[in-house]
Amino acid sequence: MKNARGTYLDEHSVSSWLLTTDHKRIGILYLISIVVYFGVAAVAAALMRINLLTPQGGLVLPATYNKLFTLHGVLMVWFFLIPSIPAVLGNFVIPMMIGARDVAFPKLNLLSWYLFNLGGACALYAVVWGGVDTGWTFYTPYSTTYANGHVVTMIMGVFIAGFGSILTGLNFLITIHKMRAPGMTWFRLPLFIWSLYSTSVILVLATPVLAITLLAIAVERLWGVGIFDPNLGGDPVLFQHMFWFYSHPAVYIMILPGMGVVSEVIPCFSRKRIFGYHFVAFSSLAIAVVGFFVWGHHMFVSSESIYAAMVFSILSFIVAVPSAIKVFNWTATLYKGSVSYDTPMLYAFGFIGLFTIGGLTGLFLAAIAVDVHLHDTYFIVAHFHYIMVGGMVLSFMGGLHYWWPKISGRMYPEAMGRIAAIVTFIGFNLTFFPQFLLGYLGQPRRYHAYPPEFQVFHVLSTAGATILGVGYLLPLLYFLWSIKYGARAPANPWNATGLEWQTASPPPSENFEQIPIVTAEPYDYHPEAEEEPQPEPQHA
Amino acid sequence: MSNTVVPTKTYLAIFVALMALLAITVGVAYVDLGGLNLAVAMGIAIAKAALIVSFFMHLRYGRKLTWVFAGAGFFWLAIMLVLTMGDYATRS
Amino acid sequence: MLEQTPAHAHQFETLEQQREADTLGMWTFLATEVLFFGGLIMCYTFARFSYPQAFEAASHRLYVAYGGPNTAILLCSSFTMALAVRAAQLGGRKATTALLAVTALFGAGFLVVKGFEYHTDYVEELVPRFRFHWEGPDAAHAELFFWLYFVLTGLHALHVTIGIVILTIVAILSWRGKITAEKYVTTEIVGLYWHFVDIVWVFLFPLLYLIGHR
Repeated sequence: MKNARGTYLDEHSVSSWLLTTDHKRIGILYLISIVVYFGVAAVAAALMRINLLTPQGGLVLPATYNKLFTLHGVLMVWFFLIPSIPAVLGNFVIPMMIGARDVAFPKLNLLSWYLFNLGGACALYAVVWGGVDTGWTFYTPYSTTYANGHVVTMIMGVFIAGFGSILTGLNFLITIHKMRAPGMTWFRLPLFIWSLYSTSVILVLATPVLAITLLAIAVERLWGVGIFDPNLGGDPVLFQHMFWFYSHPAVYIMILPGMGVVSEVIPCFSRKRIFGYHFVAFSSLAIAVVGFFVWGHHMFVSSESIYAAMVFSILSFIVAVPSAIKVFNWTATLYKGSVSYDTPMLYAFGFIGLFTIGGLTGLFLAAIAVDVHLHDTYFIVAHFHYIMVGGMVLSFMGGLHYWWPKISGRMYPEAMGRIAAIVTFIGFNLTFFPQFLLGYLGQPRRYHAYPPEFQVFHVLSTAGATILGVGYLLPLLYFLWSIKYGARAPANPWNATGLEWQTASPPPSENFEQIPIVTAEPYDYHPEAEEEPQPEPQHA
Repeated sequence: MSNTVVPTKTYLAIFVALMALLAITVGVAYVDLGGLNLAVAMGIAIAKAALIVSFFMHLRYGRKLTWVFAGAGFFWLAIMLVLTMGDYATRS
Repeated sequence: MLEQTPAHAHQFETLEQQREADTLGMWTFLATEVLFFGGLIMCYTFARFSYPQAFEAASHRLYVAYGGPNTAILLCSSFTMALAVRAAQLGGRKATTALLAVTALFGAGFLVVKGFEYHTDYVEELVPRFRFHWEGPDAAHAELFFWLYFVLTGLHALHVTIGIVILTIVAILSWRGKITAEKYVTTEIVGLYWHFVDIVWVFLFPLLYLIGHR
């Protein structure tokens, strides 16, 4: 693994990992953590899907089923999806992409990882000691008054982890503002940076509202009175306003980084400059801002006023526009490009198709009259899984494959990569497409049992989930394999543009021998030329 | 962020202004202005906050970017307040 | 790794860059705090809008004799904090240390007054659920006011306490000569935090103590 100057992976001691302030190592620490939480949440999903094979359920008690979907939601949302691209790929790549030696506040970066895992430990403790059955959305008054599980412990877990994500967002914002290399103007930044910048805006502004809302639940539970308590004249629906004020922008925290990955992968594997760079950059900001105006679309049936509902509905249609602009730009980038089907590109294709379906079904739900029928059905479940798994997880996989040579200094086996991507795509669609039909036909979500006429859809879905599981397992295995046996990666295996490819794979601790001076525009690809003009090469 | 050293006199003047505003806000609270009591109280609070932010927190001497960061929190809070109260205010 | 001056951290190229990053970082943190307290302000806005008379009646049970002086104490502390930053910029070790210490003492004074006030609230049976007694209509809504009062002022007091701890630490660092004119930014960012805590109280005071008219 060593080259003449050494890499960031050289030190092997436990303390060199647990006390590191190197953004690259912190990215790897996060990677290990989120894989663990993903595993636990995936087991919960497996148990649910097996339980749903028969109409009367029966694998687990109904109360246990409720704890499983709560666990699945809490871990997947806060302990896998939200940190995934930002804390793993963002931490690793952002400083290199902008030509910096590290993030602005490396110690806060390490602190964020510890807070993240302290929160995770609380959440897992709550699970092991009896679980929580409120759903990841913690709706009042159930969560404040009637639930018997370890609600406060679970909430504390999310609360503490939330501070970790605030610190990550804060770090990225300051890093991107203040630590760009000379010549790296805003419009020379890769679009991954624009996406993560927009994500960081949301992380910083939305997460504190979640924190105080959860704190209010905990206080009400412990004290016996609170603002959501109707006995005092409080309003349980106020919780929903405050919760969704965070949680809707949170879904953009989850998807914007994925879009950023796609914006890197598509130009590279079409050997073509991205179409409409400025449109994509500003769309990221627009999604971050307008995403704060739409939360009421989760509350159409919660006794929200019809006028407020109409405002939220229109705004929800509007927020789809910047996402659509991005899809058009990616597609236009492919046109007349020299497209190759490497694994990252396969995942990017999957993203575009599945995210589009997920996003369009979101528009169905933005129409109030339609939502009244589809709210709290499997249609919603399918909608968000198309975006979160079909979009977000696929893009995370794509990004992980794309930057794996840089992170590990090794190539993953390309044939296995393509097989896994295709298996994931097939498994995903088989799992979740039947759920659109289920929801449309009236099956509510969060039910452990159902009428017999729905069984065929559930069986298909569970079969799909098994295949999807294989699709997830394969990369875990071959990435681990590649660390020891994979082909050694050159500095720039994909011939990509971007400063991170100008330094060795894996990079030295300080990223660059000298801070580069940027003169090239981003995505300086030419499909006709054999070799792309590179920025001033640095000593690797 | 320029390294401006603000004169003690300026700080003192701001401090005196803040204490005066405090006296006014307390005094006005003992006068019945109906709905205006809230407006006056909030107006004075905003004025005090503006003085503290501009002079004590040096925003006046800082970059435009810092102003954006300083204002973002309040702007986003306004979004939450306006849209949520928009729901409560329009329920029948 | 060669650095231009040893004064700045390794990830930065210049001390000026580090200063700007530190300051902007603290402003970002303060934005998160605005939204953190803001969530409670959201709760307050909903409740006051819904129950204006009950809130006015409840507010009048709080003593301006506690709240007013406490506001003055925090304003004084902001003044001394600003002077402390100025002293640090000018490299005056003793002045900086003294002003930081005085600021912390003002903060402690605020907490002492708050402590007496909470005791009074307890004696007068204004603590929701534990010791609450309300004559007159709208007892439930008055109790809601006091829930907000205790959570808002409690959260604020927690922030004051954290500020006092940080001020004490920085005062000790200053006494030991660690806060040079080059490193004054440490006091600047502590100052930003402290002024923010003051601003929160500047809003809480009229919102809690001065509803309607007395």
